Amino acid sequence: MDLDLSPQDQAFRDEVRAWLKRNLPKARRGRPGDLEAGARERIEWLKDWQRRLRAAGYVAMGWPKEHGGRGASLMEQTLLNEELVRQRAPALIGMMGLQMVGPTLIHWGSEEQKRRFLPRILDAEELWCQGYSEPGSGSDLASLKTSALRQGDHFVVNGQKIWTSNAQIADWMFCLVRTDPAAPKHQGISYLLIDMKTPGITVRPLVQMTKDAGFNEVFFDDARVPVENLVGGEGNGWAVANTTLMHERNMLGSTIGTQNLFEGLLRVARATLRNGRPATQDPAVRRRLAALHVQVEAMRYHAYRNLTANLRGRKPGIEASITKLVTCELNHQIAAAALDLLGPIGSLYRGSKHLVDEGFWLYELMFSLGLVIGGGTAQIQKNIIAQRGLGLPRAH
Amino acid sequence: MDFALSDEQEQLRSQARELLARECPTARVRKIMESGSGHDSDLWRGFAEAGWLGVLVPEELGGSGLGLLDAAVLLGELGRAVVPGPFVVSSIGAVVALREGGAKAQQKAWLPRIAAGEAVATLALAEPPEPRFDAAGVAARARAAGASTRLDGRKLFVEYAQLADLVLVAARSGRPGRAAGWDGVELFALPARAPGLEVEPLVSVDETRRPCELRLAGVRLPAGAKLPRGSKALQRAVDACAVAIAAESLGGAERALEDAVAYVKVRQQFGRPVGSFQAVQHMAADAAAAIEPARSLLWYAAWAFDARPAEASLAASMAKAQCADVYRKVSRTAIEMQGGIGFTWENDMHLFFKRALANASAFGDVEQHQDRVADLAGF
Repeated sequence: MDLDLSPQDQAFRDEVRAWLKRNLPKARRGRPGDLEAGARERIEWLKDWQRRLRAAGYVAMGWPKEHGGRGASLMEQTLLNEELVRQRAPALIGMMGLQMVGPTLIHWGSEEQKRRFLPRILDAEELWCQGYSEPGSGSDLASLKTSALRQGDHFVVNGQKIWTSNAQIADWMFCLVRTDPAAPKHQGISYLLIDMKTPGITVRPLVQMTKDAGFNEVFFDDARVPVENLVGGEGNGWAVANTTLMHERNMLGSTIGTQNLFEGLLRVARATLRNGRPATQDPAVRRRLAALHVQVEAMRYHAYRNLTANLRGRKPGIEASITKLVTCELNHQIAAAALDLLGPIGSLYRGSKHLVDEGFWLYELMFSLGLVIGGGTAQIQKNIIAQRGLGLPRAH
Repeated sequence: MDFALSDEQEQLRSQARELLARECPTARVRKIMESGSGHDSDLWRGFAEAGWLGVLVPEELGGSGLGLLDAAVLLGELGRAVVPGPFVVSSIGAVVALREGGAKAQQKAWLPRIAAGEAVATLALAEPPEPRFDAAGVAARARAAGASTRLDGRKLFVEYAQLADLVLVAARSGRPGRAAGWDGVELFALPARAPGLEVEPLVSVDETRRPCELRLAGVRLPAGAKLPRGSKALQRAVDACAVAIAAESLGGAERALEDAVAYVKVRQQFGRPVGSFQAVQHMAADAAAAIEPARSLLWYAAWAFDARPAEASLAASMAKAQCADVYRKVSRTAIEMQGGIGFTWENDMHLFFKRALANASAFGDVEQHQDRVADLAGF
């Protein structure tokens, strides 16, 4: 047991820390969750930011060198991510490509697909979105119905995707489609790369309860996709998609983000008055803060434990599910505590006078509820923990 | 960075699990429970031979010279088996107090005997009317009387005082005042059966433990009875006990969940195992999702006790608050998962549930530790 970084790891973290301090302007440092705004200027800045990070060697560090990565250790990747979150860097605009489709192509893609897509993912030249969920296929993803029927050297795609984050700005979609309606549900699925400019695709924004329109419905009406855009072979889409679903759960459950959030709550508590005194002097408030702090710290050390297990080569198991389940709920509870402290002020939203932290806490309460549901609902995570972790039988 | 148990610690765990499965199944726990002393000297001798009783005792004094993380591994197993006996107070609390606060002669007199299972030591901290395990709870007086010291006061929740050979008593030696923290509170080595000492066992919900009440009426101690660094060692001893209780709580929670999961895999209703119902699965998943992060926090606290003393008190309070609370919740869930049979005396679940109830307030309850977290984290 040792929590100290090795001299090399420490040096790397210091290097990243110093680079970010120099290069990340204060105005661009966001609060967690504050990633949804889609203004053109912001998008261009974020693309440029990814290129500058890449020039410094901080993008796709874990990718193999021959594909433009650094072949960096898991430890270095973790240190980089921790530092990015700690310094409140905005999430990379090319995240979907870097975390989801890129690794999938490296594993399953043809040489031609790698050559065509990977460089543009790295440079944020092409942005990606994920076409998985459908109106009738949420938690039961494998029941998806969007069809892709072979006609010569094309698939003809018909159907609808939903909750598609960033479809309104994406150039490409990695998409699960049903290529064989007769096969058992998991076996008829294929993984297809779809150019969002293809005729027959319509994107319609979905306004969330936060009033942002970060995700969309995407309609396919006889959209023709070349067969060379199939990844991993026909009928193999479920296996291909599963290689990256774990990444998504890791992405959503950042424990450093939770630590940042708690520090924000502490600032609110110190600045808010209760009976004329700082709320941090109220014994009930102190206890609530302490109870949350203990859980935040438990997740900090839990992340270290999981990192060590991963460094030692443990296969991914239910840990991602536990982290996703606990962290998303904890974030929601931290936001709820901040709103309770703010009282009626906490009920004011964007555009109002008297906002605290620009209305962030109300936004975060809602946004974090979305993350309790998104990326595999809390209930689906519990099924995974019970069935894969504890070995309880599936209900059928 | 390497946040995992070492190979030696994993080995200690599997050895302990094996020994306890063989020597201390719940049938034996129940026998010890029903005995007058709540203690089994044969079992205790086995622990001594395995080197467990001296886990924290320096090697030159006959112990294993290990750290609190090693002890926590062991305590997890003792908690899994709901082993009765004074392990926490004797081999953790008293050993830390003597090791860090005792004079050489006191250490030599007691530590080898504790490690060998020849002596049992215990801690006397809490008092009426507000029993608590910090300095604010200590009002017992230690007054100079010629060459000796005179102790007066009452103590509560002194584990196994009825059979202990040594009681380490916290008392105020100066004028009764409002000194901060442990300043002004000293620790005295009181041999059992001293004149003026009365011991009366209390009846705990957790029958695997034997808390006692102590009456100290003009107990005379020789000059060498005071621990020279007792004041400083008290906080360390209480922190170590808090971590120890956290460790055995988590071990108990883990076992209760395992037993309940095993049961719902075989229990059939509506023509299928009840464990296939999501209502049951989600109870189990919530329990597992509570246990695993708490385990990481526990490891950190046990490790910090030796490796990062400046963080140790905060870490101990966090671990105690979390693990004791998790044990309460999980042991309750484990009963509910087993339905009516989980409510019976014959089923083992109540052993865990009751240990969890007692552990919740031992060495500081959840709210006291939360208050301490708020103080130490600087809120």
